[in-house]
Amino acid sequence: MAGTGEGKKEEADYKRLHCFPLIRETDMPEEMKVETMELCVTACEKFATNNESAAKMIKESMDKKFGSSWHVVIGEGFGLEVTHEVKNMLYMFFGGSLAVCVWRCS
Amino acid sequence: MPVTDKSVAASVRKDDEERVDTVDRWDESHHGKGLIKPPDQLELTEAELKEEFTRILTANNPHAPANIVLYNSKECCYKPTVVEQMIVHFVVEGSLLHQDSDEARRQKAKGGLPEETATFDTGAGPDEAKPETLDTPADDEGGAGEEDRPDSVASKTNQKKEAKVTNQFDYSERACQNLNNPHRQIGCQPEPPPRSNFSSLANQWVIYDAYMEELQKQERNKEKQKAAPSKKDPDNTKRAVVSTDSHGHDISKVRKAVKIIERMVNQNTFDEIAQDFKYYEDDSDEFRAQEGTLLPLWKFQYDQAKGLSVTALCWNKKYQDLFAVGMGSYDFNKQEHGLLVFYSLKNTAFPEYSYPTKSGILCIDIHEQHSYLVAVGFYDGCVAVYNLNKEGMDAVHKSTAKTGKHTDPVWQVRWQKDDLDNNHNFYSVSSDGRVASWTLVKNELVFTDVIKLSLNGAMSEGTEGSQQPIIACGTAFDFHKEIDYLFLVGTGEGKIHKCSKTYSSHFLETYVAHSMAVDAVKWNHFHPKVFISCSSDWTIKIWDHTINTPIFTFDLNAAVGDVSWSPYSSTVFSAVTIDGTVHVFDLNINKYEAICQPAVMAKKKGKLTRVEFNPIHPIIIVGDDRGYVTSLKLSPNLRKKPKAKKGQELATGPEVEVAKMDKLLSLLQQPENSTA
Repeated sequence: MAGTGEGKKEEADYKRLHCFPLIRETDMPEEMKVETMELCVTACEKFATNNESAAKMIKESMDKKFGSSWHVVIGEGFGLEVTHEVKNMLYMFFGGSLAVCVWRCS
Repeated sequence: MPVTDKSVAASVRKDDEERVDTVDRWDESHHGKGLIKPPDQLELTEAELKEEFTRILTANNPHAPANIVLYNSKECCYKPTVVEQMIVHFVVEGSLLHQDSDEARRQKAKGGLPEETATFDTGAGPDEAKPETLDTPADDEGGAGEEDRPDSVASKTNQKKEAKVTNQFDYSERACQNLNNPHRQIGCQPEPPPRSNFSSLANQWVIYDAYMEELQKQERNKEKQKAAPSKKDPDNTKRAVVSTDSHGHDISKVRKAVKIIERMVNQNTFDEIAQDFKYYEDDSDEFRAQEGTLLPLWKFQYDQAKGLSVTALCWNKKYQDLFAVGMGSYDFNKQEHGLLVFYSLKNTAFPEYSYPTKSGILCIDIHEQHSYLVAVGFYDGCVAVYNLNKEGMDAVHKSTAKTGKHTDPVWQVRWQKDDLDNNHNFYSVSSDGRVASWTLVKNELVFTDVIKLSLNGAMSEGTEGSQQPIIACGTAFDFHKEIDYLFLVGTGEGKIHKCSKTYSSHFLETYVAHSMAVDAVKWNHFHPKVFISCSSDWTIKIWDHTINTPIFTFDLNAAVGDVSWSPYSSTVFSAVTIDGTVHVFDLNINKYEAICQPAVMAKKKGKLTRVEFNPIHPIIIVGDDRGYVTSLKLSPNLRKKPKAKKGQELATGPEVEVAKMDKLLSLLQQPENSTA
């Protein structure tokens, strides 16, 4: 019991500590990076339980802001290999369990 | 539109009722008879006649296909085409006009009918309007006549109102088609935006690890910020540890240590040779009258030099254990790459420096004062300067086609004293007949042609203008040790020219030296008048530059690759021949034969190409055409000093050497003089 309680506490701790967005890989310009990151955070918080909607929201907003052909992947576990236009890719972790990849390729 | 037979009939009848009536009446009045029936007409009863047959006429063509498609190349797909679906069953030209139409009004006007009547007429049926319109042509003529009358007011008003109808027989229509502009297609494709690939794997562990790492980093940063002012030292050590960890793979850190170890290992391995080099003297020399021996020491070889032959050797004047080897090929058909290698006697297993080059090297020279500067001449005509102090595999200076490189192989380069502006400079000689001077000015290699060799004397001496002087190939040169401006150039034609730096127009002297290309020409280190030359015609000749004929001629029974004066005695020189033999002469001991001629290489294995004396140590290095360099120790007999007479102090120094040579020369000249 004590162990599980501790585990839960740890988990909560982890969640609390790891809620910040963590950019793993990006080649975007600084301004664009910040904007995209904020957008991802907003979308993931808004649709905390529905990754698909979050991805859709990010994609549509990005299309609107930076022009067409954006692609978004959100998930807890996936592998990807993409070709993207240079200076248009961002790969980040969020909320301790989500990975978000946003890139552009027409 | 489908219409029943009956209704059509009815409408037609309604329209034409009266006209038909009139026709009937006209018929009756003329013939007074009923209907004329063809004789074979069926007799039908009244009931049968009354019977109605309904038939539908449609305007749609039942035979027209409805599914024809045509390929539309504009939209790249098949499109249904519209086929004329209507069938014309019946056509009749009518002569009726609508009374409100323009044409009807015009005709009315022409007919002179007042507007009121026209409007009044609208109430009447078309049959009434029609006769009038039909009448109009007849009236027209009369009307026209009336209209011509100028006093008629009505005609005037009419004329004003009506635009004149064009006379259809009295006008011409013209049309022309101008040239269409030719069509042209222009296309362009912009470069697509640059792309790159990204791949990653995300799962919970990866994400967790990433976050943990980030947290740790943040904590460390916090700690650092806190600890920065107070605890500097532990932090520094920590950082140092980290930095060594990160650069742990960098081998350059231990380079120096490794080099020392390598030398130590080599000295241990070749301990015997090192001992020989330093201390061993061939005792057997004492029992031999004149002959000496050559003791092989190290053999230098390098994997990358396989297949290349040694084309140049040069000792470093400052570090006497270091020498440079130029690799290339003398074979015209086997020109590939070259290699510039520096070996040290302290590490005989592996070169100190090596510089691969694109073209084969033919000659090198190390600067006397600045021993890190190495001038190199290439087979492709380039000259280059390498700086051993500089990192990198490329030459610091290199001549290009733009900056006056030779058009043929460069056979010899030689550093000169710095010029008046303290710029380093060197000379080069090439088969293209040019002797050029190269000056290192800042980042550039500036050239000046010193002399151009031609077969019949120097350039301007030949017949001016009309004839192009035949160019002689320079193959070797050497500068006088004392007289700064004087130098000798050996040519491919076997002649040796004595030239001056100051006269570019003519030679001071020309010696008809050899029957084949001169391979090397060298001034004696001590005696200012004597020089030596060798050639592929098997001979070595020793000259006094004031005399046109050779003083000594030696035939070695094989093409001589190189000859070199010893730095310790004016009478000792060595030569290598292509049969693999080194010949060492001491004229003071034997004027006719070599005092030592061991075969360093088996005859079939390869040829010896170059020989060079070490400036201090009693060894020579010999290069061969397989890329090996062999070092040989001269036995005591080969460097014998004249025996000191009892009680007399052993004189040394250049004067003695000069005297020695002078004695020889006088010996030779006297019989000549006596014969003459």
